[in-house]
Amino acid sequence: MADTHPTDTLPEVISIQRLWAGYDHEPVLEDINLSVKALDFIGLIGPNGSGKTTFFKVLLGLLPASQGEVRIMGKSVIQGRRFIGYVPQHMECDRDFPISVWDVVQLGRLGRRRLLQRYTARDSEYVAKALHRVEMFSLRDRPIGQLSGGQRKRVYIARALATDPKILLLDEPLAGVDPHAETHIYELLKQLNEQVTILMISHDIGAIASCVKTVGCLNRRLYYHGEKQLTPEMIEMVYQCPVDLIAHGVPHRVFSLHNLSQEIKQ
Amino acid sequence: MIEALQFDFMRNALMAGVLVSIACGVIGSFVVINRIVFISGGIAHAAYGGIGLGYFFGFNPVLGAILFSVASALAMGIVQRKTQQRTDTIIGVIWAIGMAIGIILVDLTEGYKTDLMSYLFGSILAVPFSDLLIMLALDSVIVILTVLFYKELLAISFDETFAKVMNVPVDAIYLTLMSLIALTVVMMMRVVGLIMVIALLTMPAAISSLFVKDMKKMMGLASLLGMVFTTSGLWLSYWLNLTSGATIILVAGATYLLSLTLQPLMRLTHSTAGIKRKAPQSALKRTKH
Repeated sequence: MADTHPTDTLPEVISIQRLWAGYDHEPVLEDINLSVKALDFIGLIGPNGSGKTTFFKVLLGLLPASQGEVRIMGKSVIQGRRFIGYVPQHMECDRDFPISVWDVVQLGRLGRRRLLQRYTARDSEYVAKALHRVEMFSLRDRPIGQLSGGQRKRVYIARALATDPKILLLDEPLAGVDPHAETHIYELLKQLNEQVTILMISHDIGAIASCVKTVGCLNRRLYYHGEKQLTPEMIEMVYQCPVDLIAHGVPHRVFSLHNLSQEIKQ
Repeated sequence: MIEALQFDFMRNALMAGVLVSIACGVIGSFVVINRIVFISGGIAHAAYGGIGLGYFFGFNPVLGAILFSVASALAMGIVQRKTQQRTDTIIGVIWAIGMAIGIILVDLTEGYKTDLMSYLFGSILAVPFSDLLIMLALDSVIVILTVLFYKELLAISFDETFAKVMNVPVDAIYLTLMSLIALTVVMMMRVVGLIMVIALLTMPAAISSLFVKDMKKMMGLASLLGMVFTTSGLWLSYWLNLTSGATIILVAGATYLLSLTLQPLMRLTHSTAGIKRKAPQSALKRTKH
């Protein structure tokens, strides 16, 4: 099955071998092995405390691996993380913070400019392009605190895009977003996936089904076979109890090919 | 009241007010958005140790204060970032120890030392010309460093994690900010005293954050407000024969409270304007689907 997958001939963008990581010698991630091919769109699910966010932290070099190796675009994490655009889960945003939408997205150019270097016209082009991409260009002068949750999420996606990433990491991109904005963000992600590899954490199994190419389950260990179908075994291993994943009353018919975003719109 | 200007001390006081306002506008804005007002208080009190040092060894106490405040600021910064200790506890400890060292050293120093009260409660009317020059130099350092590292300072204040991923030297920038706070605190201590440093560092920036939503504008407006507060406070204290430092703080405090009551009205008119502007955007989205 795996050898027929369409992304198999594409280059590897992330390679993880026997990765262990955690806090205070308490492992949260155990023996993770993963090879992410270019232009894949991986949805990661797992219960609370399963290490999903920790996994992203390791990929971003915010938490060192205690064992094992992570390579991003063939480089070490610190070298390779400049290819990653990151959209965080918690918008720990001070609503009164004096910063405009434009300036937030411009932070995405920070990695391309050293200390004492100013932003250039080229940076502005990237910022403008990213803002157009998420349809937030018209609100570029708005203070970030005056935006709705969905709008802010789009600004953070724009900030990640402004880094000109090869890989996008999205941690719960739909937390606190209304259903209309939700479909909009999924459409956007599908478009982006034509050029960018995406790893997305989500609680919402149904929503994941509508856009990802492959699904992985994380519960300290990673269960990933490069396929879109979730097997009942995977679900049980991850959640260790039956979950509400019944699609239209048919047990285990989780990820069939019908378009869920259409249903949401109907 | 113009006749007050013929006094050297009054001219110096007004100049000191202006110089201090520039620093407090710029650095106060970072203190407010980073929510580290308590750290500023800790630095201010620890600086007192340096003043004692200056008295004891017979050099300019301002230099001693600079030394102590920068050292304590760096210590607090490092402790906050590198250890698992509770930050506020550490700040409290450094706060108290610095203060105690100052008092002991001053006790051990013989001779005239009434002037010391002016460090505690401020003596903007007793600022000598040499201190004005020190303040000017510190102002220059603060403004230049802020301009040079503006994008990094903004980045770590807004979203430190993201800045780290962007390979910004987050720790170095943070410690630079702590040092800048320390320098600012030393300057302001001269004008309004240790006790009121926190207020002057906080209030102009807090007021301006109510009305502008851009960091650069916030720093500018805060500096301007600081100048208005120190100048009008000085006139008032001269006119009513009140303690100058306390009068300045009360002018700032009254303005702050007034702004808090005015601001909801401003926000109301703002948000209705916002809704009007938003309309075409959402219409556009709808046609797309």
